Amino acid sequence: MTTVKRNHPGLIAIAIAIALFLFVFLIGPILTVVYTAFTDGHGGFTLTHFLAFAEISLMRESFANSLFVAGMTVFWATMIAIPLAYLTMRFQFRGAVLIQTLGVLPLVMPAFVGAAALQLIFGRSGAVNLILMENFGFSIPVMEGLSGIIFVETLHYFPFILLNLSASLATIDSSMEEAGQNLGASGWRLFRKVIFPLALPGYIAGASLVFIKVFDDLGTPLVLNVTNMLAPQAYLRVTSIGIEDPIGYVICVILVLFSIAAMAGSWWFVKRRDYALVSRGGAQAPKRKLTGWQTALAYGWIFGILMLVLSPHLGILLMSLFKVWSFSVLPEQFTLVHYATIFTDAKQMIWNTILYCGLAAFIDIIIGGAIAYIVIRTTIPGRQILDHLVTVALAMPGLVLGIGYLRAFRGIELPFGAGALTASWVIFVIAYSVRRLPYALRSCMAALTQVHPALEEAAENVGAGRWRTIRKIVIPLMMGGLLAGFVTSFITAAAEISETILLTSRESLAPMSYGIYLYFQSIAGRGPGAALSVVAISIVALGTYITHRLAATATPHQNVGNRT
Amino acid sequence: MKSVGIEIKNIALSFGSTAVLKDITLSIQPGEFFALLGPSGSGKSTLLRLIAGFNQHQRGELLIDGKDVTGTQPWLRNVGMVFQNYALWPHMTVAQNVAFGLEARKLPSAEIRTKVASALELVDMGELANRRPGQLSGGQQQRVAIARTLAIEPQVLLLDEPLSNLDAKLRTQTRQELVLLQRRLGITTIFVTHDQEEALTTCHRIAVMDQGVIQQVGSPMDLFDFPVNRFVAQFVGSVNLFAGRFITEGDHLRFDSPTLGMLTLPKGLELQSTDMDLAFRPHAVRFVENPDTDLHHNLALNGEIVDSEFLGEFIRYEVRVGQAMVKADIPHARGVTPLQIGVQIHLRIPSQELRFVTA
Repeated sequence: MTTVKRNHPGLIAIAIAIALFLFVFLIGPILTVVYTAFTDGHGGFTLTHFLAFAEISLMRESFANSLFVAGMTVFWATMIAIPLAYLTMRFQFRGAVLIQTLGVLPLVMPAFVGAAALQLIFGRSGAVNLILMENFGFSIPVMEGLSGIIFVETLHYFPFILLNLSASLATIDSSMEEAGQNLGASGWRLFRKVIFPLALPGYIAGASLVFIKVFDDLGTPLVLNVTNMLAPQAYLRVTSIGIEDPIGYVICVILVLFSIAAMAGSWWFVKRRDYALVSRGGAQAPKRKLTGWQTALAYGWIFGILMLVLSPHLGILLMSLFKVWSFSVLPEQFTLVHYATIFTDAKQMIWNTILYCGLAAFIDIIIGGAIAYIVIRTTIPGRQILDHLVTVALAMPGLVLGIGYLRAFRGIELPFGAGALTASWVIFVIAYSVRRLPYALRSCMAALTQVHPALEEAAENVGAGRWRTIRKIVIPLMMGGLLAGFVTSFITAAAEISETILLTSRESLAPMSYGIYLYFQSIAGRGPGAALSVVAISIVALGTYITHRLAATATPHQNVGNRT
Repeated sequence: MKSVGIEIKNIALSFGSTAVLKDITLSIQPGEFFALLGPSGSGKSTLLRLIAGFNQHQRGELLIDGKDVTGTQPWLRNVGMVFQNYALWPHMTVAQNVAFGLEARKLPSAEIRTKVASALELVDMGELANRRPGQLSGGQQQRVAIARTLAIEPQVLLLDEPLSNLDAKLRTQTRQELVLLQRRLGITTIFVTHDQEEALTTCHRIAVMDQGVIQQVGSPMDLFDFPVNRFVAQFVGSVNLFAGRFITEGDHLRFDSPTLGMLTLPKGLELQSTDMDLAFRPHAVRFVENPDTDLHHNLALNGEIVDSEFLGEFIRYEVRVGQAMVKADIPHARGVTPLQIGVQIHLRIPSQELRFVTA
């Protein structure tokens, strides 16, 4: 069925305006970064910066370290996620729902916050090692150097693999596995040859996401004081040597290339294979019973993982409620003073987060809603470009965009004497809205696909004009999706740290995430930092809960006939 | 290939509190092409999956080639199953799919190659060995699924509604190919279907199942000609069925039906029990013009035509007899005009076509 598409001149103007916005605040800064990396002082093309980069041994080391950390994190996250996903999707046991829910827990806490908490528990003088030293005379150096980052990032990001893999496993028709058993395969062979390859699209999607996130992460290495990696090097170069230093831009280009390669690779991989046959409306695989020792093993594994996953949350909570916790197994003196501190000292930061993230999320659903309408409901030539531009934002590391902003907009003054753009609160709103636009757009697209065009045609049929139809019919019916998009954009922006560190020019402009980062720089700041983290985590957790509720209740009454 | 028999003895299976199979006893001969026929929910697929090892019975014994396989895991049974949706693995080529079972048995790779080639040759798919399942038509996918199963040289071949995903024309052709293949290999085969035509045309013997119970086992003709109960009579072919009570009066047998009224049955019929239904097939009915024609050795009924459907080979009339409706299939010849609605008619059913079935 084809419906009459609606190419109103006003919509074309909006499409052009959005494209302009994305070119100025997304493509422009990235091109500036790439341009700077490839040009000499006079604007001529050169590869000398890359050669210079390759000649600095610290840079070569950082590059290798970043690859190593990202690769190892994917490895360990896989080791954790595969058994959890397989156990919960294929075996009967109590607590499967609990695992799937608790698996999301790490995501509500920014990785660098978890890093601070894990330092206290597993660090050289953390609780675990203190106990080990006192009783057994040895310690585990899990938080030292690169392994500390791998440890923190693994615990933080394994849910991406768990969730994607579980979703993939759920769609595999039970007959696919039964056919394997029928032909004589079982256990490990069946998993390796049939089950895992069929779930591979989900695994690859999750694993490539983890790789990019870890490769680009700035907050965790900084909090753990590890600087011989690419992202911290770029940051240090730009902040210490200056915005003119070309090496920082070379690093940015490398980060961008890896992000694009990982995303394109996973997309190509899934596209290449025909998985349409996998789920043909058959039954889901029946859940098997575990034998006695299998049950014990499974519960042991899950309990261990859960303890690890919950430890940063618990650590943060304890840190926020007790006097300085250092060189002791458990903190000793209960206090609420940290909360009192942040509500006097950091009130501005909490307010800043609400202001920046609220505005950014609002911009996101307006732009996202408009793009969704233009892409799905009109035939404006080149409308897909808007969609692709937004996808670019998904692949861009925050660090790169932050550096791009500083470079591209240096010296640009805001009107009415409000000062430099890069030194104002406006830059946060723009940066957050551009980076989080993909989340809002996805939500808006999903919501609009659910609204059958006949509902709009019915309104037009009884005499409502285009704008009236959009205002009275389309927007109300998309409301669930718009709200979910708003919340997702808001909470992910609130947890953002890479761009934030770069763009914070003075403390009075800083949002909460920067405040937490700043507090964790000093021993005395840990208490208030933890308290501020608890506030941030509560906001994010509440937002996540609201999104789930909205997603569950948003759309059932809106379907009319078949979706087009 | 040695053909093996299957013995199913008093098998019972329930999922939770729902009894799905109730005291099933069956004996399938070596080399037999056997069908499990029944409506959805009758337990036929559950029984098939039980033989493959995907379901476990709580009571009874399952013997394959004389050995009790109760509790043996599916992957240790050597019972080949072709799934309804074929279950071909999309990440493997046709040849890799077929080789899978042989690799699981750790055969040398040269032997695997030979066996894969001959299995694909068997179903005429040798040329598409390097395709992926997604590049094949439904019929080709089914051939690959059969080749994959036969490659492991299973003791028994299980077919779960193998024709249901094919279009009507391909279904008839595939049906014939399946029969030829089975006759050639002589492999004991169990075929699950809800389609009576499929079962009647392909199988040596059929077990009709309903509500977890085997209603009747027999050759296709046995089931059609001598259904034991109301369910089998209705499920295999179409039938006229009347509830009532049999009364013996001297040397006459009479049938007292609430809808047909009191009937006098032709002589020579024997009755096992008084509580049985009277049954006859629509094609056994003849129309006669004269009320005195053929009263001996026939059941005689009088009725009025209320509807007719032209089906090509015959015309199906709905005739009202008393308060009952009787279906009558009258062969059609060129140029014959059907009887008009409202015409009074005399029906004759030969006594050898009358059946008594339990309710």
